[in-house]
Amino acid sequence: METMRQRFTRVTTEALDTDPRLAVVLADIGDEAFDLAGARLRHPHRLINVGIREQLMISVAGGLAQEGMRPVVHSYAPFLVERPFEQIKLDLGHQDVGALLVSTGASYDASAEGRTHQAPGDVALLATLPGFSIHVPGHPDEVEELLRREFVRDGRAYVRLTGETNAESRPVEEVTVVRAGRPGDPLILAVGPTLDPVLAATADLSATVAYLSTVVPFPAGKVGALASGSAVAIVEPYLAGTSAAALADALRDEPRRLLTLGVPPIELRRYGTPEEHRRAYGLDAAGIRRSLDAFAA
Amino acid sequence: MSSTVSPSSVQRGYDALPGLLELLRSDAKHDPSAASTLDVHWVLYDRILDVTPETAGDPGRDRLLLSKGHGPASFYAVLAAKGFVPVETLASFGRFDSPLGHHPDGALITGVEIASGSLGHGLPIAVGRALGLRALGRDKPRVFCVLGDGELAEGSNHEAIALAGRLGLDRLVAVIVNNASATYGWPAGIDTRFAGEGWSTATALASDHDALERAITAGEPGKPHAVVALVEE
Repeated sequence: METMRQRFTRVTTEALDTDPRLAVVLADIGDEAFDLAGARLRHPHRLINVGIREQLMISVAGGLAQEGMRPVVHSYAPFLVERPFEQIKLDLGHQDVGALLVSTGASYDASAEGRTHQAPGDVALLATLPGFSIHVPGHPDEVEELLRREFVRDGRAYVRLTGETNAESRPVEEVTVVRAGRPGDPLILAVGPTLDPVLAATADLSATVAYLSTVVPFPAGKVGALASGSAVAIVEPYLAGTSAAALADALRDEPRRLLTLGVPPIELRRYGTPEEHRRAYGLDAAGIRRSLDAFAA
Repeated sequence: MSSTVSPSSVQRGYDALPGLLELLRSDAKHDPSAASTLDVHWVLYDRILDVTPETAGDPGRDRLLLSKGHGPASFYAVLAAKGFVPVETLASFGRFDSPLGHHPDGALITGVEIASGSLGHGLPIAVGRALGLRALGRDKPRVFCVLGDGELAEGSNHEAIALAGRLGLDRLVAVIVNNASATYGWPAGIDTRFAGEGWSTATALASDHDALERAITAGEPGKPHAVVALVEE
């Protein structure tokens, strides 16, 4: 099966053929894949590789957008979001222009590369900036749908690609109930690739499991309507608590207990596989179940 | 959003600038850097740029990106002299509902291409502008960027200088106002940093308007052009 990143490269290269205002901006990472897909041959002035210069990568996107183009900027999450963060804030946001930022690597896909290549804080950082839409797809089909929507928009958007993929794609509209519980049951919200481990962790529990892939803007109305009980949990594949404030705000009508699971803010200092990192952070099915049981106790 | 300003049709000459600056006098904190760019802005708007208040939204206009947004009084004075900003707006400088802040915001002023203030952002954006014009097949417009010798310390500028030179962005002109304000100086020269990356370069005294005009228009085909404008304190 195509990975999210392969789908991104293919769909974006196809879109370059049909949308003359689209441009891809890279800082070496990803350039070879776009080159092999034929993007450079067909669109030499709209596949822009700035070399290993991530600040410039974002500023160039800002300049392209000011000229009326739709820049798609891609790199590893830490080099796309954390290193050039002020450029994102000023050269996109404060200049009042848009861009589509597409990261790969997520929180710990680059498990063996170490902390330098991991960015569990990316969503929390971008959520501090006005006007961003933040998408965390859980399947390559969702990636394609989100990209095609964002190509033709003008705003600032972030699509977070990862190697962790759910078995099935789900609708990318707001919130989808995947397994309905009884009225008053706990609501468990699974974000992007956490859905399959959440489903495995809760197979024998009486609970409502719902899926969302867009966390900013947070679907407050839909989440509030689904929360019929007094307990709500959210499982996010990035920094724990990233959506806690938005979730609390969505549920402010009556008292509820909240549990926010995600990557804890620690320096793990381990290599190995993504599966091992997922387990170490308690985001595998067994870890999620342990946290839910402790929450219910 | 606070108030935006619309262009005025009144045009004023160089002799009017001291009076316009007087209206902005509350800018005491930023005064030295403000004065250093007055001649540069005047020469650009009076002799070089193909842009007027009426064509400020025209895709074919020349673009001026003020990267050195610190100390914008001289910029505002020249914009007022050229009709981009009504003179009566100058006295509101820095107030809550004024479009004229201590750092300019392009969203609030007609004809101002970017918001600036944090240093080292203008030239990298200008590179994006030039790449955008190239991708869109717009050959005529030029992209000018005014930055300072102190600002040149920001590493982001050097990312932009290298790429613009390698890609031969010949619609791009950087004007570096050199008032010797960089803390550790540029002992090997400012122009050499651009020339080494493939730019054409020229140097002139900012106060010699004819020489500055010649320096700005002395670019070579196939290369971005850097002008060092010397300011005597």
